[in-house]
Amino acid sequence: MEILTHLLEGFGIAFLPLNLGLAIFGCLLGLFIGAMPGLGSVNGVAILLPLTFLVPPTSAVIFLGAIYYGAMYGGAISSIMLGIPGASTAVATTFDGRPLARKGMADRALVAAATASFVGGTISIVLFTMFAPPLAAVALVFGAPEEFALMLLAFATFIGLGGDDIPKTFFSILIGLVLSAVGLDIVSGQPRLIFFDIPGFFHGINFLVLAIGIYGIGEILWTIETSHKGIEVSQARLSIPRFVDSLRSLAGTAKTMVMGSFLGYFVGILPAAGATPGSLMAYGVAKSISKDPDSFGKGNVDGVVAPESANNAASTGSMLPMLTLGIPGSPTTAILLGGMVIWGLEPGPMLFIEHTDFVWGLIASLYAANLFALILNLAFIPAFIAVLRLPFTILAPVIFILCLVGGYAPTQDMHDVWLMFLFGVVGYLLRKLDYPMAPAVLAIVLGPLAETSMRQSLLIGHGSPAIFFERPISGAIMVVAIVLLALPLIRLVRRAVRRSADA
Amino acid sequence: MNVPIRSAFAAAAATVLAVASTASITGAAQAAWEPLKPVDFVIMAGKGGGADKMARLMQTIVEKHDLSSKPLIPINKPGGSGAEALIHLKQKAGDDHTIMVTLNSFYTTPLRQPALDVDIMTFTPVARMAEDTFLLWVHADSDINTVDEFVEAARAAGNDWIMAGTGKGQEDELLTTFLNNAYDLDMKYVPFKGGGRVAKELAGKNANSTVNNPSEQLGFYEAGKTRPIAAFTPERLELFSDAPTFLELDQDFVYFMQRSVVGAPGMSAEAAAFYQDLFAKVFASDEWQTYRHDKSLYGDLIAGDELKAYWQRERAIHEVMLKEIGEI
Repeated sequence: MEILTHLLEGFGIAFLPLNLGLAIFGCLLGLFIGAMPGLGSVNGVAILLPLTFLVPPTSAVIFLGAIYYGAMYGGAISSIMLGIPGASTAVATTFDGRPLARKGMADRALVAAATASFVGGTISIVLFTMFAPPLAAVALVFGAPEEFALMLLAFATFIGLGGDDIPKTFFSILIGLVLSAVGLDIVSGQPRLIFFDIPGFFHGINFLVLAIGIYGIGEILWTIETSHKGIEVSQARLSIPRFVDSLRSLAGTAKTMVMGSFLGYFVGILPAAGATPGSLMAYGVAKSISKDPDSFGKGNVDGVVAPESANNAASTGSMLPMLTLGIPGSPTTAILLGGMVIWGLEPGPMLFIEHTDFVWGLIASLYAANLFALILNLAFIPAFIAVLRLPFTILAPVIFILCLVGGYAPTQDMHDVWLMFLFGVVGYLLRKLDYPMAPAVLAIVLGPLAETSMRQSLLIGHGSPAIFFERPISGAIMVVAIVLLALPLIRLVRRAVRRSADA
Repeated sequence: MNVPIRSAFAAAAATVLAVASTASITGAAQAAWEPLKPVDFVIMAGKGGGADKMARLMQTIVEKHDLSSKPLIPINKPGGSGAEALIHLKQKAGDDHTIMVTLNSFYTTPLRQPALDVDIMTFTPVARMAEDTFLLWVHADSDINTVDEFVEAARAAGNDWIMAGTGKGQEDELLTTFLNNAYDLDMKYVPFKGGGRVAKELAGKNANSTVNNPSEQLGFYEAGKTRPIAAFTPERLELFSDAPTFLELDQDFVYFMQRSVVGAPGMSAEAAAFYQDLFAKVFASDEWQTYRHDKSLYGDLIAGDELKAYWQRERAIHEVMLKEIGEI
């Protein structure tokens, strides 16, 4: 009951006119920031931080929280419309969002993304409200072996139950892992895989460079090839009946939404992860539990719903370690943390006790921000659709420039732009050969996390992998991951047995 | 926005005021240079650690008092015990818009890895903002209250005793090796990314001990999760007055961590002057002085050639330490 009283007080704070206005304004700004490639919630929050010194801390965090939330919605927009992830958290949304748009179902993908974001946000906020302190305790005991087990599980979901060609999926993951190993060794600091001694490889390969190359540049090449007999006219339309129909068709994805929300929230809580791994893992799981895994990557609404519900849930989740442990769960919350220090709030275990008005005001305003983001997003869909109907000769240069900006912005190094072109061409060729590219993106995001946690675990366990199985949480996750990995093998054997029985 | 700056000056200590005002006079004389675009504010460590928290505080002070026409954008580059950040800065030679918050891996990483070909003396000195302190921490649920009890428990556990730290051959490992040698222990050192993560590993009982800075453990300490048992400082820290220093325990060991700001090599003199002036103002601000006090920081502001001389001294000390533990 105490929680409910706190929450009611929080709503009192969130619905003060200033705070409400800031929440709406923040959502709008966030939507735009998220939709622009190269401009993610990290930059948005960093640039707008100074504005918040004009208002009290609670209002400030409400504003920044709303930007963060809005950006999660906004990231999906360019992923679906242009095939370029607007923000790192929306990479997984391109996998199926773009194919849907190509089929003339952009409206359905956008409605699905907005609704899933809303559901993910809502579920995660409820979880936050009810279980913040116990979940913080879970995050605390989650050590290196548990983290590695979770990463292995993520890889397993991409291999185990997918409908794709298993060897090709495996190959794609390995490419991603090799690319993720480029740069300085995390533990010893030794340079690795510095191809041709080019200094640009020292900072590693940013996964956005790979994702934008494959999905942005690759997409342009693909469209040029498929439309050489005549410029493709997008059939994207929006009408009230289509909108209602889109909403109705979402009923079938309820299971995926709930799964994505819980998974995203949980991954978001872990200090090392954040919304990007969360959304990729949700995509993998959605594919493995789907009755029709083959349609993933070719325009399955579940493939949009899973990452979008997960990334919003994860963004709420990553507030938890920031507020309770003082460790940011994502790059954006790291900047929020800096803001809190100067507002005179010490994030950490004492915050929930000493500054209840701040904590609950923030939680209540997340509810509000979530609702506004949904309304704003749905209201803008007709405008987005209008953009899609532009002729390809206009759209292609725009996409091309946005790719350049998105590839250059994170590191501001031309080296990455050239690399992005290379990945675009190679990705296009691999796609022609039916290699799934999503696993490579997954591997380059999760590879460094998996490698670090594995090496730390092995150090603790004197080099013996037994450590992964001795601890209850990591042991349980490892078993599930191994079963998932073994499934294709079992299926292969079963098929062989059946064939010999038939013969 | 002039008012808060002036009041900040008034509140600062007298010595600080002298430094800050001379800096602002030179700043006024060279008011010509200002950043033309947002400044990359590289952090040579992971998120949530002492260096990270401090960098973000500096950034917000700059914003709050409107000290720079363009914002500082913090970027964490923790890879390879700071090698990633050092390489980045080296590649940005001649760039007036890249500065970095640095710590002691600034000395140790180039010494350990000559292949990186980084000469820290070519970097542009901006300001040393503080010297951070170290303590030896254990979990509050353990029965360990004194260094003697710590030694007994760690010796019994042998190399199953996990000491979590922030990187290979970095401050935390130097201190761990010191403890291992001084007390004949065999603690296992496991590196994590960032001091915040290290503090969490101890609070979650995934590690047996750490040598965190006060700012990193303060939250857990106040929540009753962790306990400091000794300090690597010349005198006891006000904040943790129950923890004796190693000097009191007849171990001649005092160790500090620099919290400095450095510019890319070959930065223009105008830009260097701008950043020196900027960080002198940050140092003098109320917020920074409060933070210094609350987090038990040592060290006054030093800048320019004085900072370079300090680096020279500290690098020599670290070279000896690394040789002693067989890292180089």
